[in-house]
Amino acid sequence: MVRPGTGAGEDELAYLRTDREFRNVLLVELPDGDFAVLIAKLLFLSAFQHLNYAVLAGGTGQLAEIAAKTVKESAYHLDHATQWTLRLGDGTTLSHQRMQAAVDEVWPYTYELFEDVPELRAPWLSTVDGVLTEATLTRPADTADSWKPTGGRSGRHTEALSYLLAELQVLHRAYPGASW
Amino acid sequence: MTPYAAAASVVDPELPLVTIAELGILREVTEDPGGRVTVSITPTYSGCPALDAIRADIATALTRAGYHDVEVRTHLSPPWSTDQITAAGREKLAAAGIAPPGPVLLQIRPRCPVCGSPDTEELSRFGSTACKALWRCRTCAEPFDAVKPL
Ligand SMILES: [Zn+2]
Repeated sequence: MVRPGTGAGEDELAYLRTDREFRNVLLVELPDGDFAVLIAKLLFLSAFQHLNYAVLAGGTGQLAEIAAKTVKESAYHLDHATQWTLRLGDGTTLSHQRMQAAVDEVWPYTYELFEDVPELRAPWLSTVDGVLTEATLTRPADTADSWKPTGGRSGRHTEALSYLLAELQVLHRAYPGASW
Repeated sequence: MTPYAAAASVVDPELPLVTIAELGILREVTEDPGGRVTVSITPTYSGCPALDAIRADIATALTRAGYHDVEVRTHLSPPWSTDQITAAGREKLAAAGIAPPGPVLLQIRPRCPVCGSPDTEELSRFGSTACKALWRCRTCAEPFDAVKPL
């Protein structure tokens, strides 16, 4: 398996890993066909990243340096997603319906974000709740039998990742070592 | 030409009117007794596609100035901020019709680079590049790019 620290370069990691070797959460591989879904994904992810990178930035070494830079950028992403969520949720009847449908569709995938850092879910909910409320949207209820898709961190992905990789890796696979 | 002057003459590929020194991207240039030059730069945004071009341009500029043993290092700490853009850099941006960023902590609206009016509004969070936003002047109606405070 190609993993960081094994001497594999950026190209090997990006272009030559198979779907089972990717460690991303399922949320980020979901298709972007619907703009409201794209915004819901960005809102939930950036709210998480902003909290997660703030914690990592308090550590030491290169990881902390990368995190310190990323805190500032994720704050911007969160603000961007917030503005769009407000505009769509508190917009027209149609935009409200579609934004609510997107929130409902994406919500189950947010549980996976907190599997390793459960303590971040309360502050994350506080951020997300504030935005959804202001956008006149309803947060899906947490119930004991809520569907919580998972597996991305251990390499078990949705079929959406395979389509992404096919598109992004095809050139490098057809022309190994290609540069331009 | 000193190695610093050579490196400082490199311009940003996406904002070719300002140098990397004026943008605060160039952090340090050192030359050891053996003539080896080490240039330290910092990325504006972590995914900035201009960084590879900047790295290559620095090596070219130093080679032209007679320095053949050059290493370009990237440093992330402390993170870059638009507050590090110099006064000369801000003046050049404004003169080119791009509103320079205000102090990060103040979060004030950019002034119109055409008429100077403070009565401006944001049209889009993303302008001609990811590091700029699209704004419009309510006084003279001119749309303009503004560098985002970061
Ligand atoms: Zn104006």
